[in-house]
Amino acid sequence: MVGAIVEFATLPLVEFPFESNYVRSIVYVSLYVSLTAVLLSTLVSLPVAMLVGFAEFPGRRLAIALINTGMGLPSVVVGLAVLFLVSNQGPLGTFDLVFTKEAMIMSQFVLATPVITGVSLAAVTGVDEGVRDASYALGGTRLDVALVTIKEARYGIATGVLAGLGRAISEVGSVLIVGGNIAGADGTAITRTLTTAIQLEARQGRFELALVLGAILLVLVLLVNAVVLRLGGGRI
Amino acid sequence: MHRREFVATLGVGGAVAIAGCGDTDDSGDAEITDETLTLTTTTSTYDTGLVDELTLAFEERFGAEVAVVNEGTGAALETGRRGDADVVMVHARSLEDEFIREGYGVNRRDLMFNDFVVVGPDDDPAGIDGTSDVTEAFRSIADFESVFVSRGDSSGTYAKERELWEVAGLEPGGEWYREAGSGMGQVLVQTDQSDGYTLADRGSFLSMRSQLSIGIRVEGPIQDGPELLANPYGIVAVNPAVHDNVAYDLALAYIGFLTSQAGQDVIESYTVDGEQLFFPRALSAEPNFEQYVPEDWTREEG
Repeated sequence: MVGAIVEFATLPLVEFPFESNYVRSIVYVSLYVSLTAVLLSTLVSLPVAMLVGFAEFPGRRLAIALINTGMGLPSVVVGLAVLFLVSNQGPLGTFDLVFTKEAMIMSQFVLATPVITGVSLAAVTGVDEGVRDASYALGGTRLDVALVTIKEARYGIATGVLAGLGRAISEVGSVLIVGGNIAGADGTAITRTLTTAIQLEARQGRFELALVLGAILLVLVLLVNAVVLRLGGGRI
Repeated sequence: MHRREFVATLGVGGAVAIAGCGDTDDSGDAEITDETLTLTTTTSTYDTGLVDELTLAFEERFGAEVAVVNEGTGAALETGRRGDADVVMVHARSLEDEFIREGYGVNRRDLMFNDFVVVGPDDDPAGIDGTSDVTEAFRSIADFESVFVSRGDSSGTYAKERELWEVAGLEPGGEWYREAGSGMGQVLVQTDQSDGYTLADRGSFLSMRSQLSIGIRVEGPIQDGPELLANPYGIVAVNPAVHDNVAYDLALAYIGFLTSQAGQDVIESYTVDGEQLFFPRALSAEPNFEQYVPEDWTREEG
């Protein structure tokens, strides 16, 4: 293990094994797909978390159970479901979405949303009731109260967003199925992400190359984490 | 596929650049720009890099972009059945025939061939080294209960392996027979690590040989081995009468290019580590008419 790490750390110094255009384009696809999916997920997740967290309605427990179950959705199953949706024979077949980044965003959206919703739900319901009461007492509208709650819960929500991003960007099963792991013959990735590229190298027994890409993915996630935490106030 | 412009323009400058090159070509080549051909092919042609080489030559000639999805033979044909691909390049004649019989594929052509080899450890516990009788070798592996790693998926290699067991009159099973359910590369690594045997296409084995300690025990027909180990590749267009969205014209242009002298030359001259991996087979003064239809097709049936 230690030997592998040492060997792996010295690899890039010897000779970087990929063309820069190839790596740049797969990093771009990875970020574009995952960040778009997570952005959309967050936009959906926050209202849902607020609703489930504070509104009283029949089936609320069921909704919570569904959200929690959704966190454990197998990515391959999600990929297959989205594939059937966007495939030529599927209900969205006319839009020609199969093997596109858009289809990949769809499947990652499905994967990330329950995670972000679930963690955000815990965060917003954990906000001290006094804060909400005070907000009401000061004459805040429902929206004001919601915004105050979200502001109070922002660290927890940021964690949820990061968890969702982690789920999306490190996921290989669904993007492989709906995206097709396509790279142009000139080495420009079209629907190839870091994870599917890792899978491609591992499949051919080129484990060192797969590890190099894995390291790039880790660094990328680290950078995105730093940015999100900075935006979220940086207290964590 | 048609109407994929938004994909082509979205972050893929390459397509524009390639289309631009076509304009300056003075030979008056047919150009089918602004369209993407979706090819689905097997891992063996993709991982060896051959498909990229063919695609580059095609894109240069026609100015159309090719999106290559690589899957096992079974999955590749399934993608064609759904109409999500325009053309399919695979290597399992029986599965291709089924695809054509069901009406999903038209205009099949023989494209190229290489062969399968049985690989195994140097100490050769089943004692099959150098034999020219592959069914005997399989029986021997079963008799000695030497580890055999099977692809265990829907690949063309697995289809061939099943055929070989059947010819050998055996139904493999037991601790020694391991279905990996993985791609060729992973199966070769697993075989290497468990000192076992496996059936591999020569291209995949050669491109990975440097990192493996197993070697070829039974040669295929390229090195005078049994014809039973032949590994022919075919290319089939998806039937536009079944899926009206497929880029049929582009698919036929692709098939036409690959089976032309230019395309066949690319296959002939493609080498990895100085070794030729695939052998062109599309051109012959005496073509094999059975390439266009299922192998045992008769007029009455049609």
